[in-house]
Amino acid sequence: MSEAILSLRNINKSFGAVHVLRGVDLDIYPGQVTALVGDNGAGKSTLIKCIAGIYTPESGEYHFEGKPVSVNGPRDATALGIEVVYQDLALCDNLDIVHNMFLGREKKKGVTLDESNMELLARQTLDGLSVRTVKSIRQTVSSLSGGQRQTVAIARAVLWNNKVVILDEPTAALGVSQTEQVLHLVRRLADAGIAVVLISHNLTDVFEVADNVAALYLGTMAAQVKLSEVSTNQVIELITTGKSAGVTKTEANK
Amino acid sequence: MSIDTPTPTLKTAMGDYWSRVKSGDIGSLPAVLGLVVLCGVFTAMSSSFLTPGNFANLLTQAAGVIVVAMGLIFVLLLGDIDLSAGYSAGVSGAVLVILVSNHHWNWIPALALSILAGMVMGSFIGWLVSYLGVPSFVVTLAMFLAFQGILLLLAGEGGTIPINDKTVVAIENSNMTPILSWTFFFGAGALYILSGLRKMALRRKAGLKTELAQLWALKTAGLLIICAGAVYALNLERSNNVQLVSLKGIPDVVPLILAILVVGTFFLSRTSFGRHLYAVGGNAEAARRSGIDVKRVRLMAFVICSTLAAVAGLIFVSRANSVSPSTGGNATLLYAVGAAVIGGTSLFGGKGKMRDAILGGLVVAVIDNGMGLLGYSAGIKYIVTGLVLLISAGVDALSRKGGGN
Repeated sequence: MSEAILSLRNINKSFGAVHVLRGVDLDIYPGQVTALVGDNGAGKSTLIKCIAGIYTPESGEYHFEGKPVSVNGPRDATALGIEVVYQDLALCDNLDIVHNMFLGREKKKGVTLDESNMELLARQTLDGLSVRTVKSIRQTVSSLSGGQRQTVAIARAVLWNNKVVILDEPTAALGVSQTEQVLHLVRRLADAGIAVVLISHNLTDVFEVADNVAALYLGTMAAQVKLSEVSTNQVIELITTGKSAGVTKTEANK
Repeated sequence: MSIDTPTPTLKTAMGDYWSRVKSGDIGSLPAVLGLVVLCGVFTAMSSSFLTPGNFANLLTQAAGVIVVAMGLIFVLLLGDIDLSAGYSAGVSGAVLVILVSNHHWNWIPALALSILAGMVMGSFIGWLVSYLGVPSFVVTLAMFLAFQGILLLLAGEGGTIPINDKTVVAIENSNMTPILSWTFFFGAGALYILSGLRKMALRRKAGLKTELAQLWALKTAGLLIICAGAVYALNLERSNNVQLVSLKGIPDVVPLILAILVVGTFFLSRTSFGRHLYAVGGNAEAARRSGIDVKRVRLMAFVICSTLAAVAGLIFVSRANSVSPSTGGNATLLYAVGAAVIGGTSLFGGKGKMRDAILGGLVVAVIDNGMGLLGYSAGIKYIVTGLVLLISAGVDALSRKGGGN
């Protein structure tokens, strides 16, 4: 296994009296899909918000490309090359696909926006991901289907040559064929050398596309293991009870 | 280039437009239709509606409200509101008049200071809304009362301070000469055509799909013909007594409004600040996660709104030749909100253009002016304008539903 691009060690985060993350470790590898699983309230969302700089953990170490870094806001995470595609998509319905893909990082020519350049780059990215389902790159996001929106959100993450792309339940609201499309896209991201984190409740999706799985249980990391070494039942046990015969917590740090 | 569909024709372009309208993206269509219908009705009912004199009068009547509405659009784009914009205009106008009339300042520094006053008021409101997190409705409702109080103190209770400065008074009361009017029309028209051609050429050079040339030509020609007609009408003699005074040409306030339109449209559609305004209005959380400084964007929107209100203050003062405790008061703010919404700006944020203020402002002014000519009282006029605003807001809400939001 290659070196982890992003490593978290002993991360703790509380909201008032509620201790949400208790000493969580996580390793994310380039070119691999790491599935992050866990029941509702296990701390998956809090963990990725800590990675993305939206929350700052009370304690713990954050290593990126082998070096300790401090991430105190979304901009810090973005600067490192970490992009989160949120469950609620974080797209602006009233803007078109190009605008959304460049939101907050518009290309400029002097003081004015360089629309031509942005449109070309956006189109190249979508073509590169073999996205052929959108009619016009200048249509507003409000006119897109759920799968298309997810595609735009993922394409935005790719556009910026990100090293780590975190997908928060990308298939939660999608139909069968759209789910399949998005999972293919996820696989293509990893094959392009990006470290992908896939948060999902759907173990079928996880087993179809992921290389390794990290299971959270009540704010602790139950285990992080290669997917080829575990069965679906073992993963379910990890999610529901936090332990499983034959899977030890130390494997996470292998 | 796998994504885009083949080159459109005039027919498919019309089809696309119609399907956008059906899906709720109606833009300024209701305002344009409303304007045509209202003008038709008033022309049929009153012989003095469609006269050069009344046309010029309509433009100067609408000017102040249009400029307040232009400022409001920046705030409405965020889904916020500024109820105090009318009295911001009043206070700024009072600052101008007091400096010029009571302290004998030159109009330029006085105007600069009155606009600065607008910026300060906007900064205060914007700071309260974005950094303290008080809802804009509450903040600006409080400021509506407070600014009214300031205006009352400045103008003196029941008092009216006149202003005689030639330049200030000229804005609402003077016209360009007919030759200058035509020069202005051809100059502005040429710039408009050139910028349109340049945009298409640049996109073609970059290998991107351009707007259909025929459609662009049709739209541009239509707009320019309407404007040429307006210039022609404004260049007709509209004085009742030609020996005493000759009245013709474009009112001076028109180029002022067009300048604000151009600058504002440039900011909204060509700069990242404008893009961020739309983004925050469309989905503030998405904007924040994209690294946009949402608080700063919101602060700036309120500053711009009050600054344009200060410009409107200049127009109100010029029109009345004075400032009084009711300058920018009465129905000014509600007319301005109405103008923006009737023009096609959404009260829910994320949708609107500068030109909405002009189209909507003209609709409001036509109702006010036309019903006045027909002899209806202010009461009836308010009721009708209120109903038109209600219909516009209803259309806005329904089109959101239709848009699948």
